[in-house]
Amino acid sequence: MRILVCVKRVPAPGARINVTADGLAVDSAHLGFTTSPHEECAVEEAVQLVEEHGGEVTVMTLGPAAAEEQLRYAASVGAHQFVLIPISEVDWDPQRTASALAGAIADVESADGAFDLVLFGNESADAGGFQVGVRVAYALGRPVVSGIKGIDIAAGVASARREIDGGFEVYNLPMPAVLGVKEGINLPRYPTMKGRLASKKAEVAVDERSVAPGGQARIRLHRPEETVSETVILGTGPEAAPAVVDLLEELGLLS
Amino acid sequence: MSLLVVCDHDRGTITEASLEALTFGRPLAATAGIEMAAVVIGKGAERAAADLGAHGASTVHLASHGLLTDFGPEAWGETVAQLVRATAATAVLACGTDRGNEVVAQVAARLDEPFVANCRSIRPGAADWAITRVQWGGSLLEDVTLSAGVSLVTVAHHAVEATPAEVGAAGVVVPFSPDLDDALAHTIVVDRVVLTKGITLSTAPVVVGGGRGVGSAEAFGPLEELAALLGGVVGCSRAVTNNGWRPHSDQVGQTGTRIAPEIYIASGISGAIQHWVGAMAAKNILAINTDREANMVARAGHAVIGDLHQVIPAVIEEIRSRRG
Repeated sequence: MRILVCVKRVPAPGARINVTADGLAVDSAHLGFTTSPHEECAVEEAVQLVEEHGGEVTVMTLGPAAAEEQLRYAASVGAHQFVLIPISEVDWDPQRTASALAGAIADVESADGAFDLVLFGNESADAGGFQVGVRVAYALGRPVVSGIKGIDIAAGVASARREIDGGFEVYNLPMPAVLGVKEGINLPRYPTMKGRLASKKAEVAVDERSVAPGGQARIRLHRPEETVSETVILGTGPEAAPAVVDLLEELGLLS
Repeated sequence: MSLLVVCDHDRGTITEASLEALTFGRPLAATAGIEMAAVVIGKGAERAAADLGAHGASTVHLASHGLLTDFGPEAWGETVAQLVRATAATAVLACGTDRGNEVVAQVAARLDEPFVANCRSIRPGAADWAITRVQWGGSLLEDVTLSAGVSLVTVAHHAVEATPAEVGAAGVVVPFSPDLDDALAHTIVVDRVVLTKGITLSTAPVVVGGGRGVGSAEAFGPLEELAALLGGVVGCSRAVTNNGWRPHSDQVGQTGTRIAPEIYIASGISGAIQHWVGAMAAKNILAINTDREANMVARAGHAVIGDLHQVIPAVIEEIRSRRG
């Protein structure tokens, strides 16, 4: 089977996220970059499905030229084909992104054959637009469900489990289908030394796309005002236990 | 000209998240000078529809169709898109839950309109809307302008507290029958499996969280015990799930569960931004950490400086002795 995974390069923040002086982007001066977590799991899921059922995994990203790093990471954990849609601006809005991806997917499919499954992350860790996968699926005329934490493939049907509070829902989508995947669907593997070496040789196809912006335009990013709370130190070590239980009692949690 | 609020319900009871959307929608519709309507979909929706006048909906569209017996993101999105066209609605609002964001994304794809997810504040204008929305799960905000034929938005979950309208609206229930293609059945729930009965991470009044500092899967025993004593559940950080100590369903954070307990006892958790955004809706936070400088300690209302492996058993002992 042929599986496509769309991934996004995002900063890997620690305790605090800073913004550039013009307010248009996250200041990445002291940050590394990574694949958005849901999408890292989507790549792992695709590789596992292909290991089980045979086939090939293609990974596509829309982002700066440096996003090639995330494609090579996908190569190091078992993906086979790579497409970079380079953009010069900081971030494209969700409509514009979806339109470019749908166009690029259609082109890859007309050259190499249709994908049985297209996987997205449920939402990107940074912008969190919650819509690109849904828009792409609609443009391609394929069924789509988001929030997926389990996939089984049998007889041309993708059976997908979606996490809900205290359990899960099951959907049966005839393939070709699109799924929005969530972290927790698997535990992504680490690249092996062999994988790392292979990733250096992976060929990345570059697909330049010109697409008009959509109706959502960024003015600036800023940090929310933090409510600075004076932390009350209840004590040090096990001697603090009575003060902790006093607090629980005050909150009415001991009854 | 109307703001259409997409309301979700659990077997006929309107969800708290949808009441948040109605609460957020009232001043929005008033500022925009338009009426607020609501739509409820599926089995049991009649009962949910009856409550919505009190929350400010002047019209409640009750959508029914043979395909709308259970949740299906595409069938729901198509239903709302058709209702927007039929009623000439100028804006659509839902709460930014997984379902809310997915359904509005479906509406956006179908109407070919922009969709701004997880808004915190909206200033509607004659042409464009000025919006502040959430990025990074809430640790960063983004100001955007929305230029659209139909303005599609969700309000970030927990951004407002749900309250009924001071003066209720008519809440006139109007049936709506969408025309749905059979292919939409492909994305309707076929089965539902309940793994946990009773309280869950997102509804628990007490969450005892453990991080890297717990050290192993076995060392979560005392945290389990404390949680059980307080009628709560155990949560954990991403480091813990990555180490395979706890299942991902226990993970609190941006890519896990958002919690809102009475108290979150965060033990051995440094408080990386991804974890914090999942915990920040807790009403009280008690951090237990050996590091006084840890982010979690700085952000918590209360803290104990010490080793969780000593502090938690002592707290359990103290609760037992007070209860006698």
